[in-house]
Amino acid sequence: MKAHVYVSLKKTVLDPQGKTIQGALKKMGYQGLGDVRQGKFFEIALNGGLTKEQATAEVEKMAREVLTNPVIEEFRFTVEE
Amino acid sequence: MKFGVLVFPGSNCDHDAYWTLKNVAHQPATFLWHESHDLENCDAIIVPGGFAYGDYLRTGAIAKFSPVMESVKKFAASGGLVLGICNGFQIIAESGLLPGALMRNAGLKYVCKNADVRVEATDTPFTNACKEGEVLTIPIGHMDGNYYCDDATLAELERTNRVVFRYCTPDGRVTPEANPNGSLENIAGICNEGRNVLGMMPHPERSGEAILGCADGFKIFQSMVNVGVNALAAR
Repeated sequence: MKAHVYVSLKKTVLDPQGKTIQGALKKMGYQGLGDVRQGKFFEIALNGGLTKEQATAEVEKMAREVLTNPVIEEFRFTVEE
Repeated sequence: MKFGVLVFPGSNCDHDAYWTLKNVAHQPATFLWHESHDLENCDAIIVPGGFAYGDYLRTGAIAKFSPVMESVKKFAASGGLVLGICNGFQIIAESGLLPGALMRNAGLKYVCKNADVRVEATDTPFTNACKEGEVLTIPIGHMDGNYYCDDATLAELERTNRVVFRYCTPDGRVTPEANPNGSLENIAGICNEGRNVLGMMPHPERSGEAILGCADGFKIFQSMVNVGVNALAAR
């Protein structure tokens, strides 16, 4: 099984890296550019015969307790067979 | 007053803090390894600067799970003095000992220079040797010092006078230009509700004695020593 975890800054938190990337893209002439926000992406392989339900619970806990700081970040994830 | 300086793999200001405590403040001090639960009966804990566990995931993200931090959390809850400096501030914020988080600097660059900070609160065990509004020059050196918290937390910090230091101009004005990293309200250091835990981005151990070019940072350690002296006198 494989889990994909996407971590991004909360909407209410300023993202200076995203802002800088947006500025660079604008300078390069990309049209119709709105807000740009960046984040982190984790691809996690799960071994050891967990059920999908167990794996989902495990990944959710991992993301909540370790991969993100709830003060500034939020996450979403998927688990695939 | 016995001081314990935590040592994580990647700590790099632990010896500077130890030096200041031992050779400038003339206090007993010991290093405390991250894998140990034993705080060795220390009266105060320093969480030093550096890059604990490499900070690869996020500053302080792994350090907060270390055995020694479990003990530090209990120690803090029982009123023990805890000073987190730079990476130490990031670690104790991640651990929940202080509210908010330290984000990437607004300018996205590592900033290493002398910073002027205004002392906003002197009724803490870390600033009792300072005067209200006094400007201290203390070096900073960080990539992630941009203090953030939500509006409700900020209001609570202000209401309870828990912003201890703010970045300012040399004459003590808190201006956007004096803010080196984009911190909310120029915040350079905050304390917890019990005022026994302080986190600060500037490095007082790097301005702990005159030979370093500035000794302003020593006032932080002196304040902590004063607490021990007063406790002894009250006995």
